[in-house]
Amino acid sequence: MATVSVPAERPGGLLRRPHATTGFWSWFTTVDHKKIGILYGITAFGFFLIGGSEALLIRVQLARPDQTFLEPAVYNELFTMHGITMVFLVVMPLSAAFFNYLLPLMIGARDVVFPRLNAFSYWAFLFAGLFIYSSWFLGGAPNGGWFGYAPNSVTDPTRGMTFYAIGLLIAGIASTVSAINLAVTILNLRAPGMTLFRMPVFVWMGLVVQLLLAFSLPVITIGLVELLFDRLFGTHFFDVAAGGSPVLWQHLFWLFGHPEVYILVLPAMGIVSEILPVFARKPLFGYQFVVFSGIAIGFIGFGVWAHHMFAVGLGPVANTAFAVSTMIIAIPTGVKIFNWLGTLWNGDLRFATPMLFSIGFIAMFVIGGLSGVTHAVVPSDYQQTDTYYIVAHFHYVLFGGAIFGLFAGIYYWWPKVFGRMLSETGGKLNFWLMLIGFNLTFGPMHVLGLQGMPRRIQSYPASLGLSFWNMVSSIGAFVIAISVLVFLVNAIASFRKPKGMEADPWDARTLEWATSSPPPDHNFEEIPVVHSLDDLWHRKYAETEGGRVVPVAAGGSGEDAAIDEHAGEHGAHGGGGHAIHMPSPSYFPLIAAAGFPVIGYGLIFGVPAVAVGLVISLAGFFGWALEPSAE
Amino acid sequence: MASLEHAVAPPVSHHAATSTGLPSLKLAMWLFLASDCLLFGALISTYVLYRGASTTGPYPSDVFDIPYTSVSSFVLLASSLTMVLALAAIQRGDVGRSRVWLLATALLGMTFLGGQVYEFTSFVREGLTLKTNVFGTSFYVLTGFHGTHVAVGVLMLLTLFTLSFAGKITQDSAMTVELVGLYWHFVDIVWIVIFTVVYLIPTNPGPGG
Repeated sequence: MATVSVPAERPGGLLRRPHATTGFWSWFTTVDHKKIGILYGITAFGFFLIGGSEALLIRVQLARPDQTFLEPAVYNELFTMHGITMVFLVVMPLSAAFFNYLLPLMIGARDVVFPRLNAFSYWAFLFAGLFIYSSWFLGGAPNGGWFGYAPNSVTDPTRGMTFYAIGLLIAGIASTVSAINLAVTILNLRAPGMTLFRMPVFVWMGLVVQLLLAFSLPVITIGLVELLFDRLFGTHFFDVAAGGSPVLWQHLFWLFGHPEVYILVLPAMGIVSEILPVFARKPLFGYQFVVFSGIAIGFIGFGVWAHHMFAVGLGPVANTAFAVSTMIIAIPTGVKIFNWLGTLWNGDLRFATPMLFSIGFIAMFVIGGLSGVTHAVVPSDYQQTDTYYIVAHFHYVLFGGAIFGLFAGIYYWWPKVFGRMLSETGGKLNFWLMLIGFNLTFGPMHVLGLQGMPRRIQSYPASLGLSFWNMVSSIGAFVIAISVLVFLVNAIASFRKPKGMEADPWDARTLEWATSSPPPDHNFEEIPVVHSLDDLWHRKYAETEGGRVVPVAAGGSGEDAAIDEHAGEHGAHGGGGHAIHMPSPSYFPLIAAAGFPVIGYGLIFGVPAVAVGLVISLAGFFGWALEPSAE
Repeated sequence: MASLEHAVAPPVSHHAATSTGLPSLKLAMWLFLASDCLLFGALISTYVLYRGASTTGPYPSDVFDIPYTSVSSFVLLASSLTMVLALAAIQRGDVGRSRVWLLATALLGMTFLGGQVYEFTSFVREGLTLKTNVFGTSFYVLTGFHGTHVAVGVLMLLTLFTLSFAGKITQDSAMTVELVGLYWHFVDIVWIVIFTVVYLIPTNPGPGG
């Protein structure tokens, strides 16, 4: 169990394992965390384009008053699918892409602890996304908002919310499994010397996020099961007439939903905490403060959910308590902001694209955080709730925060993953267009919200005086779209450049840059031994007595000398990685995950498919358990 | 959290060991069970919230047969003992004895499930279905969810039992038995909570009575 790299030598039985690690089909059987990370990234980016297109349709409809471009029913489906897509199918899996690819590299491991389980998580996530999107062709997409409030979500006559419940249940299984896998990886597969407080902040945020997922997803899972039973089997969980309570759904949803907000933004905070020190050429200011603030956010994040429900009528005591806890959570968040500013202070700043996106993240997130504190104040929230002010707030946090952070990460780690740099000119154009487009789109929504424009309404009359800012907002949305196109062109163009760049183009600080770009299958020829925080940096640079940073004397800075030989079992294999056995690819994670959507369709369209789906999944799991561990 | 503290301590070179010293599979199982706690937590909360909220009968006091359920609870809890014996046997390398105890555990689990099926049928005959009232809704979904956990456990036990004949369960695979055991004990412990909250703590009948 100690490592994944040493297989038990067993003869191949009836259940032979696939061998190919390259070529088209290898992507379906891969268990390599790097390939799975790339799969997560590409899939999430595909959904980002779809979810973005849905947003553009919404903005076209709202550009002018009294438009009939979209029917109200279609409008409901579009804003619901936009929300579900961006939360569950874009930001979460894009973060998962970074975690999958980087966590093992950053802690000096050869892979995640359970590689096949990792593949299973990806496939289950992909099938969940496809399942939810198939609803457009099978009787209507979900239309009750990403929050799916009961009893509306129960009584709606279309199949949309059934797809919502089943799709999110499958996605929840994928995320829970992945969370356990990655958390155990971080705790158990660290290289020698990599103590918890020598881990990069991104790894720390990864650990906090996985624990948030493991403890918040079960709550929404039960909510979704209850919703599904109400819709399919006539139970009364949210039926007021029978004594049920729709407010229960709200509690279950937000008890998940608020930690979810931190699940979405902590990865971006981790990314920014990695990038700022590299481009300021200074260590992160107050590493422990950043780590403990992240942990504090994780804990307090479970105690603030009812601030989404101030207008429900929980009573003044509950509202006050949650107002206070919500204001408290702003403290660790503020601590982080000051740590990032402290990192920049007096730094030797390089304004490359990852740095620009990181600074954009800080600025936009501060705006979103401040507007967030304004609706921690209950009477203020009474005025703002269900208006565009809230829409403005959470887009500043989730787009200005999470997406900007993730783009910073894409530009920063692109050379690591693909061995080629993205164009800096294209990157800067992308950044400035996105920053301007973003603020044009969501800045005016603060004004619209304060003017009283309600959310989730398909149109508005010209007489309300909302027309100007809505037009500005719609223009901004298309500027964002152009910035994403610039990124796509940049990404495609990068593949025309020759591969084979230096391993460490940014002069970085963490272990993933200690191996080649892209890394070999087994990540490291020798497992590194870690002596300090920012280990790679300290291999390259030393500090003189006067506090000046100077390169380590020639011969000492080369990678060969820098990576200590691990005295353990890997050291025994040695020799350029020839003797390092990586786990064989496997069909079974894909098969096990493929049963889930079949069960889902069975629940909606007829029982036989449920049985078929169960058989497929069970066959997958049993084949998985019985296949030889390597050939 | 003891594991975390251990990990913060200066690194000792465990060659084949993990960073925390805990086997990864066991750590993963503990994390899964911790996560599973919240599944049951949410369902039990739902049941408690809807206690006494039903607008029509039958109410809990109309259908519960405490002595009957006590016996089936005893059967389930006894299976934890046989599970421990199965693990102890395999750790000694006594595959034959372990196989017997694994089968005994599975049979006790199936007895409990049979008892639950019988209980559900008799409740339905007395007019309590999923759709009758919020008591029926929250009772069946909670206990059914637990029953599904037991069924999955039985499936895993029978798989171990079958594999033992193929020579795949040996002293080296004691960890696999231990993991199934962890899951099995967890399912038993959850039943103690459910039995107490659902059956033993009396509920006032609906709003009228």
